[in-house]
Amino acid sequence: MDAFISLANGLTIAIQPMNLLFALVGVLLGTAVGVLPGIGPALTVALLLPITFKLDPGGSIIMFAGIYYGGMYGGSTTAILINTPGESASMATALEGNKMAKAGRGGPALATSAIGSFVAGTIATIGLTFLAPFLVELAIQFGPEDYFALMCVAFVTVSATFGDSPVRGLTSLFIGLALGLVGIDILTGQSRLAYGVPELFDGIEVTTLAVGLFAVGEALYVASRRHIHEEKLEPVRGSLWMTKQDWKRSWKPWLRGTALGFPIGALPAGGAEIPTFLSYSTEKKLTKHPEEFGHGAIEGVAGPEAANNASAAGTLVPLLTLGLPTSATAAMMLAGFQQYGLNPGPLLFAERPDLVWGLIASLFIANAMLLVLNLPLVGLWVRLLAIPQPWLYAGILVFATMGTIAANPSPVELMMLSAFGVLGFLMRRFDYPIAPVVVGLILGPIAESQLRRALSISLGDPMVLVQSPFSAILLLIALVALILPFFLKGMGRFKAAED
Amino acid sequence: MIHTRKSLWRGAIAVAAVAGFVTSAAAQMELKIMAPAAPGGGWDQTARSMQQALTQSGIAKSAQVVNVPGAGGSVGIAQFVNSGKGDGNQLMVMGYVMVGALLTNKSPVTLDQTTPIARLTAEYEALVVPADSPIKNAKDLAAAVKADPAKVTWAGGSAGGVDHIAAALFAKEVGADPTKINYIPFSGGGEALAAILGGKVTVGISGYGEFESQIKAGKLRLIGLTSATKLPNIDGQSLKDQGINLEIANWRAVVAPPGITAEQKKALVDAMDKLNKSKEWTEILKAKGWDDAYLSGDAFAKFLAEDQVRTKEVLMSVGLVKS
Repeated sequence: MDAFISLANGLTIAIQPMNLLFALVGVLLGTAVGVLPGIGPALTVALLLPITFKLDPGGSIIMFAGIYYGGMYGGSTTAILINTPGESASMATALEGNKMAKAGRGGPALATSAIGSFVAGTIATIGLTFLAPFLVELAIQFGPEDYFALMCVAFVTVSATFGDSPVRGLTSLFIGLALGLVGIDILTGQSRLAYGVPELFDGIEVTTLAVGLFAVGEALYVASRRHIHEEKLEPVRGSLWMTKQDWKRSWKPWLRGTALGFPIGALPAGGAEIPTFLSYSTEKKLTKHPEEFGHGAIEGVAGPEAANNASAAGTLVPLLTLGLPTSATAAMMLAGFQQYGLNPGPLLFAERPDLVWGLIASLFIANAMLLVLNLPLVGLWVRLLAIPQPWLYAGILVFATMGTIAANPSPVELMMLSAFGVLGFLMRRFDYPIAPVVVGLILGPIAESQLRRALSISLGDPMVLVQSPFSAILLLIALVALILPFFLKGMGRFKAAED
Repeated sequence: MIHTRKSLWRGAIAVAAVAGFVTSAAAQMELKIMAPAAPGGGWDQTARSMQQALTQSGIAKSAQVVNVPGAGGSVGIAQFVNSGKGDGNQLMVMGYVMVGALLTNKSPVTLDQTTPIARLTAEYEALVVPADSPIKNAKDLAAAVKADPAKVTWAGGSAGGVDHIAAALFAKEVGADPTKINYIPFSGGGEALAAILGGKVTVGISGYGEFESQIKAGKLRLIGLTSATKLPNIDGQSLKDQGINLEIANWRAVVAPPGITAEQKKALVDAMDKLNKSKEWTEILKAKGWDDAYLSGDAFAKFLAEDQVRTKEVLMSVGLVKS
């Protein structure tokens, strides 16, 4: 196997002391910025680009990869502990993770997220090593109609999964879809529902919505309940570490999350959000403890976290093999390559194998470093929850505001943050699930533009949606998932009537 | 919170430590450069390259880059004009895409409210088809567009941007109805490139740099460039050489806020003159593959005014702008 020899060569490059140091700096920086909502890995790499210009290309690209992986870890830590997802990809983690933390199981939640990320990152990096050339051929055959069908599957499963009733889930989803309409229509360049406010031209920022709904909404809700009944938070209940039971319940979600995250991440328009939410839905369907979902089920943390990290490795497939940046961070890494006069693409493997394989090998090392760094910190992190509630939530509010301002320095953004906070409070008060709103905002505009692109390419013929075998199968899955629950319910009623 | 803050500080200190290497002494100017786009795009790269060259060559004491993303620069320019008024230490990167975006967005703030300083770079548009496409050159494409403009699908960047304008001008130039073109906008170069490679569209149009590695690898065929003649370092003909009278460049420039004094303007123009001659800037242009399109002061102001009129005409002719 050529790949093995190349990888071994790569490893000898990656374990040079200087490169190890670069990887360490990268993962530390990445973890730090991943914690702050709004300041993501993309911005960090952008800030470092002019500085690393004089450094050795191998070392700085290894550092960028470390930042990328580190950001994924940092984002989930705040999602679990204070219900503030650092980036949209850790939104699904916040759902069960924060519930676990509140139930005193923050330790196992952080541990399963760290170990799951490690497992998924490692498997996905192996996938990157061996499957990249084949996967990329498949990925570019994926047309707009296929993306549209994939979005349909995500919509159906997500709205059916969240909340106590599908109607409430759908209501939330449609709020999100409506919010997603705001801004310039990508296909015609005309602005919709923006009312001349320049900040709305590009649509509503996902992190502003998520932080508003999750963090601000939560703070308001807790404040409103304080006098009625004080919620006692115990930072640690039971073991700080994962029990045997936790391991048993985590390993399958890790693998399933990886299986979803890596291929979808490798798609040019795949991203990290779809696989994390799909993984959450899958785990909720397959779990043996359905009653725990919504109250802190470990599967709901293990799956999405694995999917998240696997998709990060997936995005490197089109980046390295085609020079296609499919996420903001990947775009920055591409800029990083270009500043050394290197063009990622089919020729990079042939022209600079030392660099490519050094990078891939250092991904393994960055992953191991993150595990070693994060596991001992779990004990420290959970102590955050011992802070008295008013202080903790005041801190969360400062943190949320700071992150929003840092990402988009504008008063309009702050007003939106507050408005979404109130919306989040009301939705909590009246028992509507929050996650589908965010899913609608993220996926709605993508689904719309992919559908219109598909129709534009087919010159208006709707048959294009079912002519590709892949989209036909996905649409069928979506249809079945939509109808089946009602059908089963009907059957149940039928049986009940018979008795 | 405490630990979070600690690790943040650690991050900040690490950044500061690395940053310490590059700050050089001398020079008096402390510039703030706005990139009215997210990190990673062309304007951001221009701003950060300027930052690097200005500080390394000692033209400016410091240069800070601020990203204000949104709507082809509409968000950034509004903030720049409102908060930067009279400040002679601020610059904003802009370009041809912003001219079109402000028109299509009906932005309340226009480029006339800024003080033009200098045009820095240009990048020509490339037209590509998949390697197995029956279209071999620009003439084949012209024939297809002329036969039925709706059947030729174009993949490029945002609606009303330079890619879209170039596609419309192509149709107009070959005698087809430019309002009938089937232009499919993609966000970000990656997605458009995937659609072209996958054979989902007839032709791709974007800056040459976006396609370079695929062309060299033989996966895409370059059928025309929008430069006046053949470019020295690119193996391919211009559209003009193939008898299609279309010349367009995606230029990038810097402007200053409104209400600055004549001295402040002169200082900024002088700084850009020095930047353009610096060895650091020349090296960056070479590494990034950008063409030097330097034009400063009043000459640039004249060019900018003319280009706005020309762009408006094109956008009206394709139906993107109504009045």
